[in-house]
Amino acid sequence: MTIEIKTSTMKPIRNTYAHIERRFGDKPATRYQEATYDVHSTHNFHYKPLWDQDREINDPARTAVVMGDWYDLKDPRQFYYGPYVQNRSKMQETAEGNFKFFEKRGLGDSIDSSLREKIIQLVIPMRHAEVAANLNNMYGTAHGTGTAVTQALIFEAMDRFGNAQYFSKIGLALDGNTGDSLATAKEHWMSNPAWQGVRAYCEKTLTIKDWFEAFIAQDIVLDTLINDLYYRQFDEWLTQNNGRDLLLLMEFMQDRAKDSQRWSDSVLKVVVTESEHNSNQVLAWISTWRIRAQEALEPLASALLGDKALADAFAVLEKRLTKVGLNC
Amino acid sequence: MSPKKLNLKDKYKLLTRDLDWEFSYEDRKEAFPYEEFEGIKITDWDKWEDPFRLTMESYWKYQAEKEKKLYAIYDAFAQNNGQTNVTDARYVNAIKLFLTGVSPGEHAAHLGFAFTGRQMGGIGARVAAQMQSIDELRHIQTQIHAMSHYNKFFDGFDEFNHMHDRLWYLSVPKSFFEDARTAGPFEFMIAIGFSFEYVLTNLLFVPFMSGAAYNGDMATVTFGFSAQSDEARHMTLGLEIIKFILEQHEDNLPIVQKWLDKWLWRGYRLLTLVAMMMDYMLPQKVMSWQEAWELYFEDAGGSLFKDLERYGIKMPDYTETIKQEKEHLSHQAWWIFYQYTHAAAFHTWTPTAEEMDWLSEKYPDTFDKYYRPRWELAAEMEAKGERFYTTGLPQLCQTCQIPMAFTEMSDPTQVSYRESIYNDERFHFCSDPCKSIFDNEPEKYVHAWLPVHQILQGNCGGGGLDKVMEYYHLDDGVANLEFEGSPDAERWKEWKGVA
Repeated sequence: MTIEIKTSTMKPIRNTYAHIERRFGDKPATRYQEATYDVHSTHNFHYKPLWDQDREINDPARTAVVMGDWYDLKDPRQFYYGPYVQNRSKMQETAEGNFKFFEKRGLGDSIDSSLREKIIQLVIPMRHAEVAANLNNMYGTAHGTGTAVTQALIFEAMDRFGNAQYFSKIGLALDGNTGDSLATAKEHWMSNPAWQGVRAYCEKTLTIKDWFEAFIAQDIVLDTLINDLYYRQFDEWLTQNNGRDLLLLMEFMQDRAKDSQRWSDSVLKVVVTESEHNSNQVLAWISTWRIRAQEALEPLASALLGDKALADAFAVLEKRLTKVGLNC
Repeated sequence: MSPKKLNLKDKYKLLTRDLDWEFSYEDRKEAFPYEEFEGIKITDWDKWEDPFRLTMESYWKYQAEKEKKLYAIYDAFAQNNGQTNVTDARYVNAIKLFLTGVSPGEHAAHLGFAFTGRQMGGIGARVAAQMQSIDELRHIQTQIHAMSHYNKFFDGFDEFNHMHDRLWYLSVPKSFFEDARTAGPFEFMIAIGFSFEYVLTNLLFVPFMSGAAYNGDMATVTFGFSAQSDEARHMTLGLEIIKFILEQHEDNLPIVQKWLDKWLWRGYRLLTLVAMMMDYMLPQKVMSWQEAWELYFEDAGGSLFKDLERYGIKMPDYTETIKQEKEHLSHQAWWIFYQYTHAAAFHTWTPTAEEMDWLSEKYPDTFDKYYRPRWELAAEMEAKGERFYTTGLPQLCQTCQIPMAFTEMSDPTQVSYRESIYNDERFHFCSDPCKSIFDNEPEKYVHAWLPVHQILQGNCGGGGLDKVMEYYHLDDGVANLEFEGSPDAERWKEWKGVA
């Protein structure tokens, strides 16, 4: 049995904004479409940026990649601001519950000291690497073209800042909120040989001028490897080495990485499918950054998981690239 | 061992401030290359006082809650044909002005704060700017959605972003934000973070939202309430940034003072649109422009500048001019749009007899003397079927880009002109401050995309007015011209059952 309330319907004079109608036809639009398409200003710029006098303030030439329509880079998750914060709010609720449970049951006390030390040495310093990820994605927001990709980039940037805070919270969960573990972790980040490659890689990415190259170096090359090392291989390692309780604290990062990869896969695929020029350019970047990543991650991966781990992670990167049509 | 309780400050320090590190492998200047060229000296980013110590998890939580409520209201508004509940169809023109003129500025601000949120060297300031950046994205998107329903029932909304890049009067807000974004990161923070957000929000955001509240516009006013706590955070950031820069080094003072002089004037000129909206476009008025200016700038801004005096900051010396202009501004602005409304994406009208009486009461020294006779003549002509439009093209001010129709305050019948010669070329200005802004950075302002120059050079569709209208995507007789007799007005009568 259904009931139906009578409402007065008024016939609209149009279904949506004109630029949305030009793209998708004369029909009601989704909120994602109205919030996203053609929002970037494209014409009749007034002044030359004092910090980049050869280009316009919004300029597709800030990357070597060329797109006929930058709005082809739509987000398969259809995130605009509202769905983004609501989705992450749900995820953080779960994470908050996990952290509370961990604390309430004193799970930190049951972690033996060598594992605790390993976490502080080899996991918590990720909080700094996540800051580089935050900045690289923010760079794309500031300099990229088309709200479809620039909004997704700021969501990624804020996520990564969130990750940096979650890694820090793991430290606090282990040190009884004194912050000692964070100070120790920072020393490792600054001088432990296991981290210096990654730190050098991060610092290097922050000097990249081309925003899409920054996306490749960060979100594709480094993140694929890190995600595999930390959220798959180390996850398994923890399961097998009495560290299951810690998985509770890593769940947010793991779920988020999966969610984010759906988006970055799609961006990569659309860009390289667009033209040979693009796929050649992207390949050139990947070949440089994967060499750097190899060097950077070797000591960390071996310390964390043993000698074979990085090769396994590279196989995952290979597979990911092949899937979007990039054969390296 | 039970874990130590962390207070907000310690927590924020551990979860944010401590995340940055000293570079060893690259030159930090390569990663943050724009920190020095403006001449601002930052000696210690650690002195940054975080204005709001939000963690990402709290940000997601609070904002998600606000979004959920906001969109529930938008849905209810659409379902119940909320557009029929506004005071009068004339009101809707105020929010057309908002969507075409203000909302794209939110997006520009989003990009500008993304730039500073990437480029500033201190993580505390960066994160605050990043949060403002994503807030501004929220604002453009929630505004597009708030107006989406109006767009289905009124003209003048549907081409908002095409128009923002092209339409003559929209170059006023467009050039304002581009001026800020093309500046360095610190000037942007003073321009938008402090001058605009802190000093002028109450004169832009608040009048539109109060206008919505007074005129039955539930969608817009709900957006306003929802954005209020974001705005409060932005204002706090604005105040922190100016204090921080001034406390860092005494050499920063003259630079900041020059930026303040520039940006308060740029912002004030932009508010011309708000002045006329408040005095002429709202069927149910909130307060007069003059009252708003006195309340929010002279009183509130006055005490703010007192507070900044200890750093050596002075109130810009043109505030006397503004004081005089406040009795004229809205009348002169509405007259510009009244006569050029055939090339605008909203309707204009002559104030009703009642509205004129309200204006006389609010502007006892100027309205009856200078402006009432003009409106009475306009009404008379319209009654005879000779509604007045101007066909010529106005000259625009090189800096603020508003048509040169403002008058000398010493003689309100005499249009004010200023000029400068730069590289053997003559440039025109509406006022002394606009001239001096140009004179300080002529190499920047010669690049202004002045709509009238562009029309005359054939860059806006070429040919005559009809071609320009095509270039604007402005269909004659739909979104433009006099309100009476417009399709909007006719539909409204139909809804209300008025013959």
